[in-house]
Amino acid sequence: MAQTDATPLVASPRSPYVRRKTTRGNFELYSWVFMRASGVVLVALIFGHLFVNLMVGDGVHAIDFAFVAGKWASPFWQVWDLLMLWLAMIHGTNGVRTIINDYAQRDLTRGVLKSLLYLAFTLTVVLGTLVIFTFDPCPPEAPAELLASFCTA
Amino acid sequence: MPNAPAGTLYRGREGMWSWVAHRVTGVSIFFFLLVHVLDTALVRVSPEAYNAVIGTYQTPIMGLGEAGLVAAIVFHAFNGLRIALVDFWSKGPQYHRVMLWVVLGLLVVTMAGFLPRHLMNVFGGGH
Repeated sequence: MAQTDATPLVASPRSPYVRRKTTRGNFELYSWVFMRASGVVLVALIFGHLFVNLMVGDGVHAIDFAFVAGKWASPFWQVWDLLMLWLAMIHGTNGVRTIINDYAQRDLTRGVLKSLLYLAFTLTVVLGTLVIFTFDPCPPEAPAELLASFCTA
Repeated sequence: MPNAPAGTLYRGREGMWSWVAHRVTGVSIFFFLLVHVLDTALVRVSPEAYNAVIGTYQTPIMGLGEAGLVAAIVFHAFNGLRIALVDFWSKGPQYHRVMLWVVLGLLVVTMAGFLPRHLMNVFGGGH
């Protein structure tokens, strides 16, 4: 590797590499960061969700309207579930978007699949958010035996 | 060169198979999530409608499905943390194989804690 005086000087064939300023935005970078950040938060949120709903008490057998009413009567679980809904839907939609981009090769196929995906995302997030915020734990016309005990107290 | 038993089909090792499993579990969980938001939305219709649909989650067959769903979620969760470590921890790429075996170990331990309790709730009578 030693350079000797005999090495001829050759002019550089092209101008040296200069990083070009990106013109396409950094969307994919932010989406990559989001997957990791939201993933860590979702581990805590979903493990807590599964533990409270499936492990405590009678587990899945205890889940009914009164159980949900008991949870959503508290702002703590409203915020928990709202955060879980939004983070999981964005995380999942972005994951499926990546997979569609990987495997759907025709432009039309890719466009149709991603349109369906974004439609499902919008409907699910809007519906879920509305349900959490407009939920009445003690609907007046419902039979009392189906409601949480605090409705009649 | 390692032996390639049949033709040129690439069979990866821990890295590729964990990537495949992460995609399969991720897509499965996503479709369940869509259904799960819809069934929970029935609390806005009436207590009767919600109880009727959630009752179908409490049958033995769905109980086994829930066990599979929880296993998929637990794998995706631990493997996701492994991916973040591979990306952000300076020794991550060096230990990514070991970390996959740790992920699978944690999956077994978590399921060993979850399954007995869940299966007792599903099959254990009284309801």
